Order: sequence, then C-alpha cells, then structure tokens
Amino acid sequence: MGSKPVPEAVLEIDGLDSFYGDFQALFGVSMRVERGEVVAVIGANGAGKSTLMRSVTGLLTNRPEMVRFGTAQIGALRADQIAHMGIAMVPEGRQLFPSLSVEENLIIGGQAGRPGEWTLDAVYSLFPVLKERRHQASTSLSGGQQQMVAIGRALMSNPELLLFDEISLGLAPIIIKTIYEALPDVIGTGMSAVLVEQDITRAVDISDRVYCLQEGRVSLEGKSGEVSREEISKAYFGV
Amino acid sequence: MDWVNAIIQGILLGGLYALFAAGLSLIFGVMRLVNIAHGDLIVLAAFLGLTVTTALGINPLLSIAIVAPVMGLIGYVLQRVVLNRTLGDDILPPLLVTFGLSVIIQNGLLELYSADPQKMSAGAIETASVALPGGLNLGILPLLMFVTAVLIIGALQWIFYRSAWGRAFRATSDNQDIAQLMGLNKSHVFGLAMALSLVVVAVAGIFLGVRTSFDPSAGPGRLIFGFEAVIIGGLGNLWGTLAGGIILGVSQNIGAQINPGWQLLAGHIAFLVILAVRPRGLFPRIDG
Repeated sequence: MGSKPVPEAVLEIDGLDSFYGDFQALFGVSMRVERGEVVAVIGANGAGKSTLMRSVTGLLTNRPEMVRFGTAQIGALRADQIAHMGIAMVPEGRQLFPSLSVEENLIIGGQAGRPGEWTLDAVYSLFPVLKERRHQASTSLSGGQQQMVAIGRALMSNPELLLFDEISLGLAPIIIKTIYEALPDVIGTGMSAVLVEQDITRAVDISDRVYCLQEGRVSLEGKSGEVSREEISKAYFGV
Repeated sequence: MDWVNAIIQGILLGGLYALFAAGLSLIFGVMRLVNIAHGDLIVLAAFLGLTVTTALGINPLLSIAIVAPVMGLIGYVLQRVVLNRTLGDDILPPLLVTFGLSVIIQNGLLELYSADPQKMSAGAIETASVALPGGLNLGILPLLMFVTAVLIIGALQWIFYRSAWGRAFRATSDNQDIAQLMGLNKSHVFGLAMALSLVVVAVAGIFLGVRTSFDPSAGPGRLIFGFEAVIIGGLGNLWGTLAGGIILGVSQNIGAQINPGWQLLAGHIAFLVILAVRPRGLFPRIDG
C-alpha cells in the first residue's frame, strides 16, 4: 500500500523510450512499483502496454539505466538474466509450451532455481485441478486451466515482481472471476505485481495505483481509489 | 539366402545411417537449423579418430572416448561463436553459413590430410562373426555398431523427453521468448544441443572410418544419407529416424544384390517413393 515512511521501489522505469526497429513504441515512460504494491497499467490496443512488459522482462533491450530493479540497472540485460533476478511474467495469450506436459510447464517455471514458498505442491494446492491433469499435454486443457498453468509457471520462480499481461483476454467471464479471486492469494504474499488490463473496472478494483498509457505515453497516474471514471476515460481514449 | 543376407546386412548398415541422421534431426528439432556441414563434421570426426588412433596407438573404437568430448566442445563453441548469430526469422543465413562451413572443413582436411582415402583398422574384431542357422554369418563389428546406434538413439530419446536438458530443448524449440522468461539462455541451450549432436557425430564418424575408407570429400554423401533417413522416418521422431536408416540400408543392399552399380540408386529411389507416398515420412511427430 506504500504506507511505509520512505517507500522502497522494486521497479523503477525512468524516461523509457522503446523501439521496434525504427518504430518508436514508448516515449519517455516513467513508472514506479513499490514493494508489496499492485500497480495496474491500462490502455487501449496499441498504447504500448505489451512493449512496456517486454522492456521490463528484457525481451526488448534498452539503455541500462532506463529500467531499475531494486538497485540494479536491468534495462540492457537479457530476459534470462532478469528472470534469475526475480521478475516473472504471465504472458498475454498464456503461451504455454505445447511440447511439455502441465507438470513440465510448471517445473520449467522453477528452472531459475530461486528458493521460496512456491513449489509444485503449493501451486497444486492453489489450483487443485492442475494436479489431476499434471501429466496431460498443456494444450489439452481449457483456456481457464491453461491460464492457471501460466500463473503457476510464473510463481514457480518465486519472483519478487510478477507481471500479468492481459490475463482475462479470451476467457469466459466466469473463468475470469475465478482467476481474479485467486489473485489475492498469489500476490498477498509480499510479492509486488504489475497488472496489464483492458478491463478498467477489474484493474482499478484490484490495484493500489493505476497508470494509463496512451499512444506510448503515460496519460494518467494515480491512486486507484482516487482517480475518477471521467479522468480514466479521458486518459484512455484521449478525448 | 543371399537375399536374406543382403537384408540383414542392410538392417545393420541402417544403424550407421541412423547415427548420421540423429544429430541432424536433433538440431533441426531444437533450433530449426539445417546443418549442411553435418556430413563434413562426420568426416572431420573420422579424421580426428585417425589422428588419435595413430598418435596413441590405440584401437579406433577406443578413440571415441577422446573424439566425442572434443567434437562436443567444437559443437558448443561453433554454436555460440558462429551459428547463433545466423538464427532468426530468415532461414537462409544458417543454410549459407553451414554451406560455407562445409567448404572450409573439406578444404581444411584436404590441406592437412591430402586427398588419399584413409581407413582405420579395428583389428581382429573386424573379421569376427557369429554363424547363424542357414549358413548366414553375422559380423560382430556391424552388429556392435547397430546395437550402439540403437542405444544412442534410445539415450537421445530419454534425454529429449525425460531429462531437464530435454525439457529446456523442447521449451526453447516451442517458444524462444517465453523460454528466455523462464531463465533459459537460448544461446547456451542451442550450444548444448549442438554439442550433443556432435557427440553423436563423433561416434558416427569413427564407425564410418572403421567400416569403409573415407577422404575429405566424403561428407556430402553422408549428409544425403542422413537427410534421407530423417525424411523417411518423419521429422522430429528419433525412432522413426532409426527406421528410416534401416529402410535406406536395406534398399541399398537389395539394389546392390541385383546389380552392384545400383546400390546408391536403390536407396535414393526408396527415398523418393516414400516421399511421394508419405510426404511427411512414415512416422511424423504428432503435432500438439
């Protein structure tokens, strides 16, 4: 909640410009996630949310000082190095490994070997249905179950910071509700989280603070309880 | 009985072809790289075996203990320093670079060892055989090579589907970006895959050099056999590759039985027929 006298930043993004080849997708984006905080990033399609996630996880490299994780400058590191430091992501569209079984997907999530409370058993007690289907191909699961695997896979690395990229995309509302009900158990354990969402209501409900991106720039920033719907629509649509 | 003999010898020869093919199949499966230099690397391993054998005065089959780790190291370094830089959305650069590598290896070997055909002698084991009922004789050496090939393919299968390495190979093959997010350095994973491929190549090269004579230009022919075995068996299926190697070996020996000049032709015809009837090979991997 950021209630400490001097809030400690887990993630600090400072004037981030991101490019895909010659195309610039982010323009001077600055953002801060404090320890234990849940930050929502909202914005329309093409606003730069996924680019931001790719930049934080190292799938897109930038100048070193543009992204800081704790005291480390990680803007120019490779994704696997950043994963070892303790950032994990539940990627958009789940993106499980089709050649791996459910259990293998989870095991490979723990590949980085970071110790912590999240183990296979812990993931199975959070999502018991996965234990029944542990030996099945990950592609044989329903969309909601696949999303559980994707979340479990990210948890297995015991990250300090967990990024959720559009976890409600393409899922039935009842499934989205189930997934969101499980989230407090996931991020209530002192983990910090960034939640990228198109569903503004859910994003505002679950987060401590919210950032809105519009055409690659931060168009709104504030405490989730304090920003009004009008401010959000204005920042979201740019009207 | 000549025909039965031809078929049995063909099966045993198929084990060697499967070894030519297994490393090729592994690399294609993990990183979608078609290694045009694969055959030349087999011949390189044979020449390394020759050098080790003459320098130490040991049996060429024992030289595998030295050549295999050396080839593995060459594979890892080659992948990290050269081949990783060619991988991307475009499939042409790796083809061109491995083609160039093929030319370099052939000419390097020519410079070092001359164009003379070489052969390694494994001693008494080469002529030892067991008598089977019906007047058939089974050579101990071809049998040993076949059993080794089956064991190696079984081991590769185990590594690929049961071990942590295999999990990393499959994950990286599925989705390189997401595999990186799991903390897997794809450059390193690809390096390990190439190292494993060239360890198999080392065994194949030594077996080749013991079985027949070889010279620096022998590589492309082995590459074709390897390709054919992979395609006949179906891409991405190692046991299929073994079956592909056996079909190729048997066809060649049946061809040779009809007319000694038809050995290679018969193998290629069998390959073309299977490609026409089953374009994805006999046992394609079921894509999930």
